[in-house]
Amino acid sequence: MSKKTMTDVEKAICTAIQYDIPLDPCPFETLAKKVGIPEDEFINKANEFLGKGYIRRFGAAIRHRKAGITANGMGVWVVPDEDRERVGKIMATFKEVSHCYERPSFEGWPYNLFTMIHGRTKEDCYDVAKKISEATGIKGYKLLFSSQEFKKESMIYF
Amino acid sequence: MDAIDKKILNIIQTKFPIVQKPYDAIGKEVGISEEDVITRIGNLKKEGIIRRIGATYDPRKLGFVSSLCAAKVPPEKIKEFVDVVNSYSGVTHNYERDNDYNIWFTFIDESMEEIENKLKEISQKTGVKDVRNLPTVRFFKIRVDFDMEK
Repeated sequence: MSKKTMTDVEKAICTAIQYDIPLDPCPFETLAKKVGIPEDEFINKANEFLGKGYIRRFGAAIRHRKAGITANGMGVWVVPDEDRERVGKIMATFKEVSHCYERPSFEGWPYNLFTMIHGRTKEDCYDVAKKISEATGIKGYKLLFSSQEFKKESMIYF
Repeated sequence: MDAIDKKILNIIQTKFPIVQKPYDAIGKEVGISEEDVITRIGNLKKEGIIRRIGATYDPRKLGFVSSLCAAKVPPEKIKEFVDVVNSYSGVTHNYERDNDYNIWFTFIDESMEEIENKLKEISQKTGVKDVRNLPTVRFFKIRVDFDMEK
């Protein structure tokens, strides 16, 4: 499925739940009424989208800074090509690592594995990076901390 | 935030129940009333800890692509550059980081070509030449919930 092959009703359901659902006892009933379908159909469809992975996650988006998870360090790592699969998998096992991707390096930028590391303090993040370095044997890395957040929003797809 | 708030946050970050009476279901799991759950979530929203409750879509499954972009921006140009970058609706996250590549933002669009075009446009509009597109080569992990009770 892609957005292009969805029915109008499916798109309307996706639109209804891409913002903030109502804080009333039966939020999906309220949304289903807006879309013009029965509540159970709305609920079934939303769960179906979740089961199929179109919805990656359904729930509360948290402002980490306000919740006390203040430091986020982007770990960037120099890993030889043939070793990336092994190293990436180890990095992904760390619970403090929320994102782990391989990305292209280029002249002046030797780093090819990226890990978002979260902690209460910068020191926490450095400790995690050190543990990752020890677990993987990768010594060439940097942690890039964010000094300012200019934008943090959810994508509007529908 | 007290212990019950933290428990609620842990549940609703990833497992918000899509059922007729979700707040009632959460209350049963935590051991408080539906009304109490609604009041507490309302307060967490007011305090700004909860940004929203809803669906986060997988861009790839909906036919979109995403990328991480990095730019080397002189300090005096940061404000202007960020304003231009943030004017694109596909830019969802944008941070200043302590590196020569000092501005890092994520871009979601219908094709990688479209992202490349928009990056060129950003370069032209701002005069910032070193803007890099770093699309995912290999994917290892994405997780966006945090243990509040830790």
